[in-house]
Amino acid sequence: MNLQGILAIYIYEMNRSFRTLIQSLVSPVLSTMLYFIVFGSAIGSRMEMIDGVSYGAFIVPGLIMLTVQMQSVANASFGIYFPKFIGTTYELLSAPLSFIEIVIGYVGAAATKSFSIGIIILLTSNLFVHIDIIHPFFMIFFLLITCITFSLLGFIIGIISDNFEQLNIVPMLIITPLVFLGGSFYTINMLPEFWQNIALLNPAVYLISGFRWAFFGIGDVPIMTSVFTILTFTILCVLIIWRIFKTGYKIKT
Amino acid sequence: MNIIVSIKNLKKIYKNNLVAINNLNLDIFEGEIIALLGPNGAGKTTLISTICGLSSISSGSIKVKSFDVVDEYRKTREIIGLVPQELALEPFEKVINSIKFSRRLFGKKNDPIYLDNLLKKLHLFDKKNETIKSLSGGMKRRVLIAKALSHNPKILFLDEPTAGVDVELRKDMWDIIKELKKDGVTIILTTHYIEEAEMIADRIGIINNGDLLLVEEKQSLIKRMSIKTLKVNLKKSIAKIPNKLKSYKLKLDVTGNYFLYNYKTGLEKTGITSLLSDMSSIGMELQDIQTKQTSLEDIFVKIIKD
Repeated sequence: MNLQGILAIYIYEMNRSFRTLIQSLVSPVLSTMLYFIVFGSAIGSRMEMIDGVSYGAFIVPGLIMLTVQMQSVANASFGIYFPKFIGTTYELLSAPLSFIEIVIGYVGAAATKSFSIGIIILLTSNLFVHIDIIHPFFMIFFLLITCITFSLLGFIIGIISDNFEQLNIVPMLIITPLVFLGGSFYTINMLPEFWQNIALLNPAVYLISGFRWAFFGIGDVPIMTSVFTILTFTILCVLIIWRIFKTGYKIKT
Repeated sequence: MNIIVSIKNLKKIYKNNLVAINNLNLDIFEGEIIALLGPNGAGKTTLISTICGLSSISSGSIKVKSFDVVDEYRKTREIIGLVPQELALEPFEKVINSIKFSRRLFGKKNDPIYLDNLLKKLHLFDKKNETIKSLSGGMKRRVLIAKALSHNPKILFLDEPTAGVDVELRKDMWDIIKELKKDGVTIILTTHYIEEAEMIADRIGIINNGDLLLVEEKQSLIKRMSIKTLKVNLKKSIAKIPNKLKSYKLKLDVTGNYFLYNYKTGLEKTGITSLLSDMSSIGMELQDIQTKQTSLEDIFVKIIKD
């Protein structure tokens, strides 16, 4: 395995984030805090408890999921799209690197960034509400696997995009609505029965529910269903990337 | 000489059915400089891309040091450096970081002494901490070469290395390439500039429409294909070529002051002695003679046209 090559990509990508620290770190943390202040503190103080959890605390897992999913996709898609845009992918393709090594480098860096943001949001939210995490190790696992999976998805988007509009269209028109409607700010039990059934078609529901279960031991769907969903999604993304490199789709001529 | 790159029956067909390379066979020898000449769209860049892994192969095989470029790509790519045609560089990165990145991609740890020497050789040392966007076009091209050499490759592909650079820098590049050859690096370059091939290449390959039309030692190609022209200035002008000299197919100038005689340099008998002897026998006196040799450019144009 070309460890130096993986490290080269990883460090290069991390350095890029440090060069744009405000955009990479401060901006998502700040916007999440604004959500928290508006929905958690201002509106949440007038809301009832949900399954014994204050509304302010209830939305913390949803807000973290919302941010890490968006950030994972954005970081990974830009990470691979930018070399494509400026024409430097020739270096990656002509280096003795396998597709797995390239993916580990880019996805690893994107997942590290979004995981860090997730942890920072979690720590900052403690300033507003008291949170006891019932299953801390599972919370870390679920956060990590979500960051990796959505970074894999971002990597795919970055490869198949031909321009900046396409790069933004999937996160903007698909991922954002799915995550917002996936129970970030509410439990799907609050919805009428018809919409509950519709909501169950949204994969984000399973991810947010699983993550919330790690915090409070409550969720919209059984925890194993959430685990199965995220692992299926992970495997699907890996298979798509493997196929892209195998065929050279949008990478090789 | 040892074969370092062996290409057998290589075919590259794009999805739109364009045949970019058509059953190409080529052996490249260790330590040589081979120049691939051809017009735009001839297949030069595609050929390099297939060897380096940027393009997939439709059929045929490419071996680098007897390793297959598809099945044993790690071993082949380790010893290859590529300088692309475009100035593809991360603009916000420092020169030294960009070069370190390239070296590590090839599985090698940072080696400050080697990289500093490389930067000095390419006259980039004083720019090592500058961002790439602040460099001139010529400097950027040097950075590309430094990146390609950062892992100390045995084979260097240069895809039109002097495209769009001024004459002075072009000559500078030729010196760099000659230095690399002295260090034992095998160099494959594509170019539009015939002069470039004439100046630095050991062998010339001519590609057109995906076909490798010929590969030959530069000197022997020039000798074999080259035609010399003898210009004979006459003491007294003439109205037409005398009958005795008709067999020489001379071209008389409209002024009648001189005529031209074309002959092949590779032949044992050029016909010059007999021409001068026949002129003397009919009382034609010459005032001056000059010779002019066809350039590689003339040969290239002739081969492409044929």
